[in-house]
Amino acid sequence: MIETEGLTRKFGEVVAVDGLTLQVNDGEVFGFLGPNGAGKTTTVRMLCCLISKTSGSARIAGYEVGSDADSANIRKIIGLVPENVGLYEGMSAYDNLDFYGKLYDRTESQRKESNEYFLKMLGLWEKRDAAAGTFSKGMKQKLAVARALVHDPQVLFLDEPTANLDPESAKTVRDFILELKREKKTIFLNTHNLDEAQRICDRISILNTRLMAIGTAEELERTVKGRQTVIQLTQMSDAVVKAIERLSLSNLSYDGTRATFDVTDPERENPPVVRTIVQAGGEIQTVNVQGSTLEEAYLKLVKKHA
Amino acid sequence: MNLKHSWIIATKDLKAIRHRRTILYTIVIFPLAISLLFSYIISYVYSVAPNTRVSDIAGLLDAFAFWFVIIAATLPSPIASYSIVGEKVEKSLEPLLATPVTDGEILLGKSLAAFLPTILATYVSAAIYMTLVDRTLYSVVGYVYYPNWEMVVLLFLLTPLTCLLSIELNVITSSKVTDVRAASQLGSIIFAPFIGLYLAGEIGVITLDTTTLLIISAIFAALAVGMFFLSTRIFQREEILTKWK
Repeated sequence: MIETEGLTRKFGEVVAVDGLTLQVNDGEVFGFLGPNGAGKTTTVRMLCCLISKTSGSARIAGYEVGSDADSANIRKIIGLVPENVGLYEGMSAYDNLDFYGKLYDRTESQRKESNEYFLKMLGLWEKRDAAAGTFSKGMKQKLAVARALVHDPQVLFLDEPTANLDPESAKTVRDFILELKREKKTIFLNTHNLDEAQRICDRISILNTRLMAIGTAEELERTVKGRQTVIQLTQMSDAVVKAIERLSLSNLSYDGTRATFDVTDPERENPPVVRTIVQAGGEIQTVNVQGSTLEEAYLKLVKKHA
Repeated sequence: MNLKHSWIIATKDLKAIRHRRTILYTIVIFPLAISLLFSYIISYVYSVAPNTRVSDIAGLLDAFAFWFVIIAATLPSPIASYSIVGEKVEKSLEPLLATPVTDGEILLGKSLAAFLPTILATYVSAAIYMTLVDRTLYSVVGYVYYPNWEMVVLLFLLTPLTCLLSIELNVITSSKVTDVRAASQLGSIIFAPFIGLYLAGEIGVITLDTTTLLIISAIFAALAVGMFFLSTRIFQREEILTKWK
């Protein structure tokens, strides 16, 4: 659905996005992680035909980004929730949606139906006639998401949709994104929030001007070394210890009824260990992988470039 | 260009303007005050000197009529400033620019939102002024002065062109400032040359007759075309998103 190849944007001498190559599949929720100034918003703006690219190429649903002929077609099939929601504060929630519905040439009945659907879905129907300026941050964010969906776009770009929201509002917005995921919408999610990316996204990329990594959250976690598996047993018998030691695990240590060892790929390495312990008569209470977080992978990759 | 898109933007802005009391008062009170004041002056002249010939006050009447051009130059400032800088302040331009609407359609919509109320207010106030002056003149000297060719050129040629110029100047100034008041004040600069023209007419440097008004209109038309290209160059999505502060 989205393809970029060597996509680059410079502002004078400053390179904001450097040779970005990626592919987002149809119906995929794609997380775009990176620190401030990494070029995430610039990338979204280029893909939404808001600013031009310096070099490289990008296509959305086969339409060429940067081509005057295709720009209008791209804008018809995308929805954007920018970092600053940019609602018309003096206008009602309903009128905000209706205005955008009109700009997308939706008929009156289509607008009526979609406005009601989204306002009800996001719990704003009762407040439909209230000015958007009177809304809380969370309500504004939800309204901005609804605004980006009034024309039923194929691709939705979300730029920090839960930034500055209280936990409850952030959850509502996240749940809504998950609902859209179930509807097989292609979603390009710019976020700082690693936990959010991990919970929502099918794949994640880490950008720091250049693309640092791309993959599922698990794949990115695997790039970090120094993770440990901790197995808690009810009792540490000699038979169990002997069985574990025969596996030649790296940095194996014992602490009472707990065995700890280093792993690089826990999904692959842990099952044989668990099987061995059980076969040796051990009773496992818990198996935990420590230090294997997306946060560590993110920090490592971002620092590597900085 | 899809004119429907421009009209949607214009109606949205017109709706918003209706809720801005300061803008509304400016649109209503300033032209109305001018109409009532000038028609009162004419009525006062005839109350103290009933034998005054209309030809003696023709210069004064033409100069007064020129004030409707000044109104058309002044009124778009608060409206255009609000509609463009207001979008900057509310940060609502980015989602708007992400829709299939073109820069030209947005600019036309914004311009229409400033043009229509200005022209309406100018025409209504001019109609009030002409009616009151004609009533005074008819009751005293049995003569109706308005409408005349000067007023036709002034209202249907010079006034729309002036309004257009003012809007274009406001688009340009609005792109350089961050608050509505500053944009409005800068946009009001256009007021100055018109006062100059008015004073030139008053002290006899020029005569604000039909020929002069046609010449001024031709100059304004040329200026409006030039300013249009300048304002469309400035009002471009990339400029707006990366340079507008």
